[in-house]
Amino acid sequence: MRDHITLQVARYLPEKQSEPTFDEYEVPCPKDWVVLDGLNYIKDRIDGTLSYRWSCRMGICGSCGMTVNGEPKLTCATFLADYAPGPLRVEPLRNFPVIRDLIVDIGDFMRKLVAVKPFIVRRYEKPVSDGEYLQTPEELDEYKQFSMCINCMLCYAACPIYGLDPKFIGPAAIALAQRYNLDNRDEGAAQRMDVLSEHAGVWGCTFVGECTRVCPKHVDPAGAIQRYKLTAAIDAMKTFFMPRGA
Amino acid sequence: MPDIPAYTDYHPRWLRRRVSTYWWLGNWSYFMFVMREASCLFVAWFVVYLLALIRAVLQGEAAYERFLALSARPWMLALNLVSFLFMMFHAVTFFDAAPRALVVHVGKTRVPGSLVGAGHYAAWLVVSAFLFWLLRGT
Repeated sequence: MRDHITLQVARYLPEKQSEPTFDEYEVPCPKDWVVLDGLNYIKDRIDGTLSYRWSCRMGICGSCGMTVNGEPKLTCATFLADYAPGPLRVEPLRNFPVIRDLIVDIGDFMRKLVAVKPFIVRRYEKPVSDGEYLQTPEELDEYKQFSMCINCMLCYAACPIYGLDPKFIGPAAIALAQRYNLDNRDEGAAQRMDVLSEHAGVWGCTFVGECTRVCPKHVDPAGAIQRYKLTAAIDAMKTFFMPRGA
Repeated sequence: MPDIPAYTDYHPRWLRRRVSTYWWLGNWSYFMFVMREASCLFVAWFVVYLLALIRAVLQGEAAYERFLALSARPWMLALNLVSFLFMMFHAVTFFDAAPRALVVHVGKTRVPGSLVGAGHYAAWLVVSAFLFWLLRGT
């Protein structure tokens, strides 16, 4: 195996250029180096002007999502050796505005995330002295898969619907809404339905399924969306046939 | 949600790429998705074909014979063969997707998605067997 690999890194400097270009860098390629290690090597040793976002290096923070050879990937979990002999193309996440080099604006996602109230909503909080809200393992299993989301936004980058219609609330926000809807301690499902059941909510999804395929945490956002479509449809039928409530 | 993301007016130098009209040609998964969506056209065609058959039957023997002659033409056979293949593709992708949307519980136990999918295929088999039995008797 070669001990070096070429990274073709997208560069975009908004004060100097209107279109992105690619710069090539030779970086070491030991078997335990990930793409993020290669970028850090460039930043530290070759070109300190390269800009990208990263933090934990261990697949938890969700900061280092980029497009690697056309696929949305967490660069801290994507090994350089898997792409040997290269070259390897690193670009910013698709479907988001690029601020600089490999950094995208995540403001749209953050606003959508807040809109679905990704936290436990209670009508009445019981006093602390009454103890915890207990939950059985079966009740935990109902939502645990969706709680694994790390907000890395790879699903948005893989979703052609979000690319075509930025109003679509998107896979991760809906999966996180379901994480709380399916939590038996939560009472906010009706509030989330106002956002989720509108056209830009679950009905925007045409079930391409790429969000689930690229998810590094196996959250299955596509499954969450389809499940919620069923919930929203049943709710609409109930409202139609039983307008005064069951 | 606001119609236009709030950042648009304030950061004109950010790079925004338009999605190509041919976005679905560069990725196998996207292509299969578009084929699955396109299969709806063939489902619609079979509905039209069935309605035309019923209309011919109602109009009498001569109309029915004309319908049979039309159906036996090579281009019609080719169209129906392609439609049948797309219908199969449509059904398989639909049944594969069903367990993702349908979470079934028996008591407190969640039924595995594979069993929900198998249930769909079993129902398909039963209906197909019934239709085969029905048509064999004619």
